[in-house]
Amino acid sequence: MGRNVNVNVEYLTRVEGHGNIVVNVRDGVLEKCELDVIESPRFFEGMLRGRSIFEAQHITSRICGICSCGHTLASIQAAEDAIGFKPSKQTTELRKFLLHMETLDSHILHIYLLVAPDLLGVKSFVPLISSHNEVVRRALRMKKWCNDVCDILVGRHVHPISSIVGGFTKLPDVKALDAMLDILTKMRPDMDETVKLAASLKFPQFERETEYIALVNDTDEYPFLEGDIGSTDGKRWKKKDYRQVTNEFMVEHSSAKFCKANRESYMVGALARFNLNAAKLHPKAKAVADAIGMKPIVKNPYLNTAAQLIESVHCLEDAIRILEDFQKKGIDPKEAVVVGLNENNAVKVHAGNGVGAVEVPRGILFHDYEVDAKGVIVNANCIIPTGQNLNNIEYDMKKLVPEILDKTDEEITLALEMLVRAYDPCISCSAHFLNVKFVNR
Amino acid sequence: MGNPRVAFFDFSSCEGCQLQVANMGEDLLAVLGAIDVVEFREVMSEKGEYDVAVIEGSITTSHDVERIKKIRAKAKVLIAYGSCATTGGVNGMKNNFELDDIRNYVYQKAAKYFETIPTRAVHQVVPVDYSVNGCPVYLPEFVKVLKCALAGIPYKVPDHAVCVECKLNENECMYDKGLTCLGPVTKAGCNSWCVNNNNVCYGCRGMVTNPAENGAKDILAKHDIPIEWVENKMNMYNKAREFDKKEEDHGKKC
Repeated sequence: MGRNVNVNVEYLTRVEGHGNIVVNVRDGVLEKCELDVIESPRFFEGMLRGRSIFEAQHITSRICGICSCGHTLASIQAAEDAIGFKPSKQTTELRKFLLHMETLDSHILHIYLLVAPDLLGVKSFVPLISSHNEVVRRALRMKKWCNDVCDILVGRHVHPISSIVGGFTKLPDVKALDAMLDILTKMRPDMDETVKLAASLKFPQFERETEYIALVNDTDEYPFLEGDIGSTDGKRWKKKDYRQVTNEFMVEHSSAKFCKANRESYMVGALARFNLNAAKLHPKAKAVADAIGMKPIVKNPYLNTAAQLIESVHCLEDAIRILEDFQKKGIDPKEAVVVGLNENNAVKVHAGNGVGAVEVPRGILFHDYEVDAKGVIVNANCIIPTGQNLNNIEYDMKKLVPEILDKTDEEITLALEMLVRAYDPCISCSAHFLNVKFVNR
Repeated sequence: MGNPRVAFFDFSSCEGCQLQVANMGEDLLAVLGAIDVVEFREVMSEKGEYDVAVIEGSITTSHDVERIKKIRAKAKVLIAYGSCATTGGVNGMKNNFELDDIRNYVYQKAAKYFETIPTRAVHQVVPVDYSVNGCPVYLPEFVKVLKCALAGIPYKVPDHAVCVECKLNENECMYDKGLTCLGPVTKAGCNSWCVNNNNVCYGCRGMVTNPAENGAKDILAKHDIPIEWVENKMNMYNKAREFDKKEEDHGKKC
């Protein structure tokens, strides 16, 4: 005689966007196990039609406040690919730096404010203000510093201003470079403390075999901005063939679009990147991985948070390296661009298709545009990391629930919430992938 | 008397404005000392009763309409913040299309499951006491409005053009660089944030009530820029203003 469990978490908290978890177990048998996305649809791809390719970045960065720099960079990459523009080396390095800042900022937010409360047994970071005051102050300070650097580089972190198709409208001068380097150097002791704290946290034990997908390349660089699409199952695709990876498909009795590559589901994000590219991490990040016992292939999705910690160290150190390089070789101010709507034909445009594939904090993000000869968008498609993970999260839940049926309903609910949160889902982003299941009521 | 209880709610949006608030850094703790945050789903699991409701996002489904009405009924003070809430923001671009067309384009066979109504700003559905315009909100203004709301003092969004702030910041005029900028017709209050970073103004704070139309037309003529470009750009953030116009036509106050 098995037991019955009913979990119905409405408005899952401490995630970006709106989602519900629904689980039904009857007589010990799992009948239903879903992550429902209830975000209002926003129709970005539809709205882009008819707009100038030079507006695409401004509009699509508004898909998500947390990963607005990532959307910006994927959008620019797709746009430049479509119109046949090749960015300079300086521009590419600055874009990599910007992406590091966003990844760092987002990982800090997730580790400290969204995950740590679960592991410390409280409902949010608010009770931690009194119980762990220095920890909260450190988290907010580190976040603020990432933002301060983005303020200097691109005007602000949420919806960056100066990063556009063609390059940057404003470039950092010597003083700005020094200021950014100062801030990041100051962050190092806080990062050491973060590593200590995170190493002391105990993550739940759970494993499931799955496929991990992330950017890969043939250089020594841990890829975030450029590369092919790679899989732990040994496959490799060019970014223009991204649809062969995502394979969106409909599920019976559901309006959900799911993604799968070589197996029933796949995972993207920090853990996927770590599993594919750990050997290319900065030595300091590798040391952290060794210290906490992380070695590819890690199959526990809760450890996505640990992979984020390792990446945080990498991003901070590699960002400092990029700045130090610029200090040595200088920044050419003549590369600043005046583009607007391309009123002056500053950028040459031709008709075409273009794909952007960028590793944003939550995984690989695809933007795909088709433009006409005037640079007006004819078709647009965006595939968001969380959309790709939804299927994998559900498979994890289906394996996890039967393994923890001896626990109380509250414990099962918390374990599921923590599992979903570990993926750091960005549901407002993935709204285009609405995974709504219509249960007969 | 305890601190005022403040709840943050999000509707159709990118949640970037609540992130702006979280980005205050350690100053956030000072703000938290003056208020009790009782609901903030992105970073908190707690829920409770509230005096002040801070609303992010636009109203884009019939469920949104019901939800915002319930919140309005409970809140003594309602603050709309960010472009999505105050002007409809980029969500308003949807109103440029037939709703069925755009639903079919994005969701194809599944389109029928995605109910949607024309995008509206919050004040177009329920009365709003305070507005913080901008995409994202400009933090100094957000803090100012929060202080006004807690003290019960009114706050009026500046109704002069961004150009005023831009001139004070000594920026080179974008029109002199040959670009189309919405500064001349957009409400100030952002300290000409985008132009300070050598980009153009996109009109995210909404149109001034009395734009210097003839002056704007002269500028466009001088630089040989078609007025349709400006209108098209204005519709990136301000398409939903058509609902205000309709109300004016009916002789109502908006």
